Amino acid sequence: MEVADINKPLTHRNKIHPKLFALWISFASIIMMFGALTSAYIVKSAAGNWLEYQLPTQFFYSTGVILLCSLTLHISFSSFVKEKEWMYKSMLLLSFVLGISFVVIQYYGWQSLYAHGVDLKASISGSFMYLITGLHAIHILAGVTAMVVAIIHAFSLPFVVTEKRKLRFRLVCHYWHFVDFLWIYLFGFLMFYK
Amino acid sequence: MAHVTIDQNDTEAALIEATGYDDHFHEHHHGDKYQSGFIGHYIFSMDHKIIARQFLITGIFWALIGAAMSIVFRLQLGFPEADLTWIKPILGKWIVVNDGIGSLSQEFYYALVTMHGTILVFFVLTAGLSGTFSNLLIPLQLGARDMASPFLNMLSYWFFFLAGVVMFYSLFLSTGPFSGGWTAYPPLSALPQASTGSGTGMTLWLVSLTLFVVSVLLGGINYITTVLNLRTKGMSMWRMPLPIWAFFVTAILGLLSFPVLASGFFMLMMDRGLGTSFFLNEIFINGQALDRVGGSPVLYQHLFWFLGHPEVYIIILPAMGIVSEVLSVHARKPIFGYTAMVLSILAIGFLSFIVWAHHMFMSGVNPWLSNFFVVFTLIIAVPSAVKVFNWITTLYGGNIRFNSAMLFSIGFVSMFISGGLTGIFLGNSAIDIVMHDTYFVVAHFHIVMGIAAFFGMFAGIYHWYPKMFGRFMNETLGRIHFWGTMIGAYAIFWPMHYLGMAGVPRRYYSFETFDAFKHFGPMNKFITVAAIVVFALQVLFVINFFYSIFKGKRMKTKNPYGANTLEWTTPIDAGHGNWDGKIPVVHRWAYDYGKDGKEYITQITPLEEGEVAGDH
Ligand code: HEM
Ligand SMILES: [Cu+2]
Repeated sequence: MEVADINKPLTHRNKIHPKLFALWISFASIIMMFGALTSAYIVKSAAGNWLEYQLPTQFFYSTGVILLCSLTLHISFSSFVKEKEWMYKSMLLLSFVLGISFVVIQYYGWQSLYAHGVDLKASISGSFMYLITGLHAIHILAGVTAMVVAIIHAFSLPFVVTEKRKLRFRLVCHYWHFVDFLWIYLFGFLMFYK
Repeated sequence: MAHVTIDQNDTEAALIEATGYDDHFHEHHHGDKYQSGFIGHYIFSMDHKIIARQFLITGIFWALIGAAMSIVFRLQLGFPEADLTWIKPILGKWIVVNDGIGSLSQEFYYALVTMHGTILVFFVLTAGLSGTFSNLLIPLQLGARDMASPFLNMLSYWFFFLAGVVMFYSLFLSTGPFSGGWTAYPPLSALPQASTGSGTGMTLWLVSLTLFVVSVLLGGINYITTVLNLRTKGMSMWRMPLPIWAFFVTAILGLLSFPVLASGFFMLMMDRGLGTSFFLNEIFINGQALDRVGGSPVLYQHLFWFLGHPEVYIIILPAMGIVSEVLSVHARKPIFGYTAMVLSILAIGFLSFIVWAHHMFMSGVNPWLSNFFVVFTLIIAVPSAVKVFNWITTLYGGNIRFNSAMLFSIGFVSMFISGGLTGIFLGNSAIDIVMHDTYFVVAHFHIVMGIAAFFGMFAGIYHWYPKMFGRFMNETLGRIHFWGTMIGAYAIFWPMHYLGMAGVPRRYYSFETFDAFKHFGPMNKFITVAAIVVFALQVLFVINFFYSIFKGKRMKTKNPYGANTLEWTTPIDAGHGNWDGKIPVVHRWAYDYGKDGKEYITQITPLEEGEVAGDH
């Protein structure tokens, strides 16, 4: 939709596009949301009655996958800017596959936890784990959806590098890198905060 | 080139054409396609001015419902022996008839109190106030054609609308809406079997407020981005009119605090639906022990009040901004201490994040920790006092126009002082331990937040009504509205301080069985009568509002008040995009009133040679 362009000419003062800026601001919200959960986790764990458990090995794989995904997406973006069409498209598709894999691996991770007796209700520590990683997975799915849109653009529009398409693609990339780092934080938190 | 015809008598438009910034608006927008058709124009509009009106009118709708609810429960409280059968056609089974005397059912009393709080705090004073005026004024006063993303802006309204639909639906459930208080503390909110309203009513409450959080976030992201990115040339941050500063900080508060509430909601949803025990521990219901252990209800209180306290400032800051502007314009004087005003807004915004536990002095929070919260809470009084001092000083020696907008602004200052002072009492944990959950608290927050924020909203509506509808509201009715409400509001809430100091607890259905409180019967009657009168006056306001849309005195000049800000330089019936040709460029701050012998100098007027800018 072209609507936002009503203000386009006014962006004279910015180095960064308002839409990208808006996206960054929304990161602050997401950080607060997860910050609240991890703080609650800390407070609750200090109160005792806390079940300790090992994070499933799957989470290590998924961490690798999501890092890789950020990398491929980045390559895709820079190839787009450099007008390397084939690289751009293939890396974008690969990122999509990696993104989906992340969620699938998380799912196996949950199953393995469950099998080891860390179920949703057994202890608050488990409940927190499912809530935090589940909420994160929802954010990942949103990112995957954004990638789908990017893929549709990539394969349905003629290959021309315009400012507008660069911006759109950049929005997807920034969001993805953000949820990636968010996972690194959450993973580290769940692993080291006992 | 653009085909803009300038009326040469219209000096402002001529000035904008001469000195404005050409953004080639008309080359892009031949016959603005977003304005075509009724649906695109009035329903799914992306024009911030229309969205502002949508927020306002939806807010008014909710205000009427929320206020009517309070009248019903006040009737029960003030006149427990009276026959309420006449409300039965509306409330149905919630009016219980015993021996021919109808009274409000106890469950529904709690449901009404809960809905009253939820509706007024979130739907009216957050969406209706900040939603309306942030939308209307941010682009107009900053010289932007619209918000950074008009599309997200439209979504923001429709999420709010949807939240309203869900909440409205919950009013008609056979088990009634949620009834555990607007703060929705567990276990009442966490266990569907805890009370009648805790079942489907609470589920819908959660759904509705989650949608509401989405609306606030979408709006807030947009407001912040617009303020930081779309100011016109010359509009530095330090030249922004005070309402914009207030909306800006409000949006930041919302953006950082509502997600925390959302986290609490997610945990609550899991406790309700998936059997987790985040907030539950060793609960007995109907003599039966539940197997839910390990959680803590106080955890929810922390998450709630981490939003809850900033939320009260989300409500009051926009009102403060509006009042600052209206006082200055109608006193024909620059606002006193502009920089101090901005800094105090920032200070209040910052402090509001570190005082939340003052709502929890009685929740078993460590008393030693409480001390920190006492200190930070009391420090908020400092920036608050700075603002009050500056408002009064702005009035002092002014050439005051006592119109409705101005009266409500002065009323705001009065209410804010009265309610702020009782806040200082409550902020001391030693006093609060006695006062907590009594009518003293009810008096405090209704005066400082409820009434004050409404006054700010009324000031804004009377003041910017011509900007929104091209007509004026009736002044005589406006003044009746003001004086009646001012006196009536004090009549309602002043006595509540006495009730509270005598220990009368809030949220009780009846005091008949308490010997200590029985003799307050007449006082409760008096409060109820005052509430009815005040409610009637608000109906008068609503009539004035809608009547004036069609029949009000027409706005004939662009700048009827002789105000300096940019919204008064647009055409009277401005379309999407606000200015026809170029956009105005700003040369000075917004408060050059009575400077160098001139009554007012608009922001688009270039500095004269040798003139020293007014803000220095
Ligand atoms: C000097 C400034 C203020 C101080 C020191 C202060 C302090 C307090 C304290 C300690 C309480 C808790 C009382 C209790 O539950 O026992 C309270 C309640 C409340 N305050 Fe204030 N307050 C101040 C200003 C404000 C302002 C400006 C607003 C809103 C605009 C506000 C809105 C509320 C509300 C809504 C509650 C009650 C919430 C509830 O329990 O339902 N206060 N205040
Ligand atoms: Cu508070």
